Amino acid sequence: MSTKTKINSQIFQDSNNIYYPNNELEVSELIKEFYKLDSPTEIVGTNSKNYIGNKTQSANTTSLSKLSGIVDYKPEELYIKVKACTPIIEIEKKLEEYNQELAFETIDFGYIEDGKSNKGTVAGYLSCNYAGSRRFKVGSVRDHILGFRGINGKGEIIKSGGTVVKNVTGYDLSKLITGSFGTLVALTEITLKVLPKKDASNTVVIYINEPDKIFELFDKLSGSSSEISGATYIPEEKNNDFITNKHNIFKFNDLKSGVSFLAFRVEGDKISIDEKVKILKKELNLNELDFSILDVYQSEPFWKKVNNLELFEKTKNNVLRLVIPPSHGSKLIKYLENKHKYYVDWCGSLFWIEVQKKKEQKIKELKKIARNCGGYLTVIKTSSDYDYGEPVFMVDDIRLMISKKVKISFDPKRILNPGKMYRGV
Amino acid sequence: MSQIVLPKIDKSILIRKDEIVKKLSKIINCDNILSEADEVRPYETDALSVYTQTPLAVVLPENTQEVSEILKYCYKENIKVVPRGAGTGLSGGALPLQDAILLGLGKFNKIIEIDYENKCVVTQPGVTNLGITHAVEHKGYYYAPDPSSQLACSIGGNVAENSGGVHSLKYGTTTNNILGAEMVMMDGTICRFGSKSLDQEGYDLMGLICGSEGLLGVLTEVTVKILKKPQVVKAALIGFPTIKEGGDAASEIISKGIVPAGMEIMDKALIEATDNFSKAGYPRDAELLLIVELDGTESEVNELIKKVETICKKNNCSSLKFSKNEKERLSFWAGRKAAFPACGAMAPDYYCMDGSIPRGKLAEALLEIKKLSKKYNLPVANCFHAGDGNLHPLIMFDGNDKEQLKKTEEFGTEILKTCVKLGGVITGEHGVGVEKRELMCEMFNNTDIQQQLSIKKSLDEKNLLNPGKVYPILRKCAEQGRVHVHKNKDKFPDLPRF
Repeated sequence: MSTKTKINSQIFQDSNNIYYPNNELEVSELIKEFYKLDSPTEIVGTNSKNYIGNKTQSANTTSLSKLSGIVDYKPEELYIKVKACTPIIEIEKKLEEYNQELAFETIDFGYIEDGKSNKGTVAGYLSCNYAGSRRFKVGSVRDHILGFRGINGKGEIIKSGGTVVKNVTGYDLSKLITGSFGTLVALTEITLKVLPKKDASNTVVIYINEPDKIFELFDKLSGSSSEISGATYIPEEKNNDFITNKHNIFKFNDLKSGVSFLAFRVEGDKISIDEKVKILKKELNLNELDFSILDVYQSEPFWKKVNNLELFEKTKNNVLRLVIPPSHGSKLIKYLENKHKYYVDWCGSLFWIEVQKKKEQKIKELKKIARNCGGYLTVIKTSSDYDYGEPVFMVDDIRLMISKKVKISFDPKRILNPGKMYRGV
Repeated sequence: MSQIVLPKIDKSILIRKDEIVKKLSKIINCDNILSEADEVRPYETDALSVYTQTPLAVVLPENTQEVSEILKYCYKENIKVVPRGAGTGLSGGALPLQDAILLGLGKFNKIIEIDYENKCVVTQPGVTNLGITHAVEHKGYYYAPDPSSQLACSIGGNVAENSGGVHSLKYGTTTNNILGAEMVMMDGTICRFGSKSLDQEGYDLMGLICGSEGLLGVLTEVTVKILKKPQVVKAALIGFPTIKEGGDAASEIISKGIVPAGMEIMDKALIEATDNFSKAGYPRDAELLLIVELDGTESEVNELIKKVETICKKNNCSSLKFSKNEKERLSFWAGRKAAFPACGAMAPDYYCMDGSIPRGKLAEALLEIKKLSKKYNLPVANCFHAGDGNLHPLIMFDGNDKEQLKKTEEFGTEILKTCVKLGGVITGEHGVGVEKRELMCEMFNNTDIQQQLSIKKSLDEKNLLNPGKVYPILRKCAEQGRVHVHKNKDKFPDLPRF
């Protein structure tokens, strides 16, 4: 504690000197003190995604983990209001009781960390804005946040939004807060839109490995009115680790092993799934291709594995998240082939890529590709030797200038998670 | 014209009018600057025509660089700027100010690129909402948000207001359907947010801009998502003997896991008014009418129809009809779409309100509005986007009677306060503008509002861009506003309003 700022707070601190406020008011009081003392704090939940972003240089750490619990769940109104650090698992369990779900599909980042499930908290999830495989159909995390309460950098309690979907009252701060990595407010309460769960899903797997053909299929799938809700491409790379991992993870009765494949998901009740598959078979000329179908018992775990980055389980290397317009996808596959482990999600828009240790130059190259394609790249997990010479986030000068202004409007003394995203923010 | 408090006029700007016009004519083609009284008159108001103001001058730039130069000059000279799209907004967001330049984006009317591969359209902001759909519909695509004024409203205005529409329950509002934008800040800086990629890294500045009512920047380009048209679309017309039963049925449809493409409610007053007006064949004996639209594949829609039928029968519906073909489906909508003009035919004036409430409170809200109608002795007809709890009560009155106008304004304010009391908000899709500005304190406390103003200040530190809109000027909740239509002479009488 000697190196830390002396805080005159009654709020509980553990042996690691982490503050654990019990409620919104205590968070507010604590941040007010930090503000007075000009003393920045790292904001954490349960640390499940703490490895994402830059390391913050803060004198203090504030854990919001005690702000947990469902405040109000109205299944018929399609919303759930929760305290900020309610575990995602608890929310999903509750929604399951009413046959509802978080439609954006959560990614379990625990697998790339240590191979174990750890979905973390809703505030952590919102702070990253990383939606799962259903993103291209239902929107991102930010599209499912109806409102929030939180503490700004001056220690003031602020709120925005509400519980209704149609709301244009004032600036839409819920969007701004989502994906801000705790640099604008310390969240205390979040209202999420929930949606009915689909009865079942089937997954059609097409065994294919030619980049142009793959993206031709992605194009047809995203342009189909049959509303597919997931589309991924998983290559069979010439890399022993990858192949072993792939074979262990994607082990299903109706899935061939040892080959690359494109898989897409169709959801609904049984009759509409059958109808959609029939239509898509025609639209994609499937009878001319080698394909198989995963039934509901295989389809559900299949997409969990895709979503949870299990292909990069326990990796010690860098994991990158690269998003581009799908029209550039086939070129990117050609670049990546046999160079890096990767797979494609979001019907050709999202590439998860693993870059080996000591290869920061490769990350730079990939960033350039992303930029030239009108996309972006985020280094989600860094290898132990990563020296942060290459920033983990991409930002241009003008957006950085605006981001700094926005940051100051919430947090004039840069108390909350300073530097977590960019230097000076 | 009703009175409304606007920012204090800077007289030093007014006396410099000639000099300012001269300077502007060096930045853009002088034919694109309007400064004579007759020239600027059409720009004195938007679709909230109860308020009018003459702008200092109207400038109509043709490209981003010109917008940037104009704003740079205005920033340097401390001249206020009010941006304007098609001027179809219903909350006075584009109301001019006497000491401000009105920056019209009407000449930004071209679609820049149609990109089917990436399922998006890059467009200038002055292109109409429907214009985007028209450009891609031959390939089976469309742009999903469909505000009722889509024939005339511009996509730039849609972004500024975060416009919704009948289908927003399933397909979202503007903010959920845009991928990228180019914007010019008040100091002339040109910035780009997003692209053709999904999401953006870093602060969601596009999410902040969308719905910011022209207070943070001027849009010069928008990239929107396009979707493939659904295979089958069918509608149901369902009558109920009581408000409660109809409201409960609408609520149950959602809670049973059905997400209709659109779900609308009309009360008895509106059923009669629209049926008289458009001969839509609505069940006139019903107290409440529900229109449910379902889309998807053939079997999906048929399955949903069965579920909707069961729920409505359980809630004692008095009539139930499903569209058998596209012609019949459109006829179901004909009356609903004629709701506003039908009210215009019943009274010299009407005020259109716009609030949102939780879906489950629909019946409660309708009954409360009915009580208020008796209290104020003014007829009201109600339509709701029931799927997302967005209500549009239409209060009928005679504007020539000052007492009635005052009563109408009080009535409207009470309706919006009721929305907040029921857990809703003061505007679902029309925006705050000047209209509901003073009601912001019904929803937000001073700290909340100061936080929002702090964002405004960070991006427009001199408060030159569209000042006097959205945030309260008065330190109390005023009782004025709403959409006033006199003798059915809406600013855009031909536009359907629903």
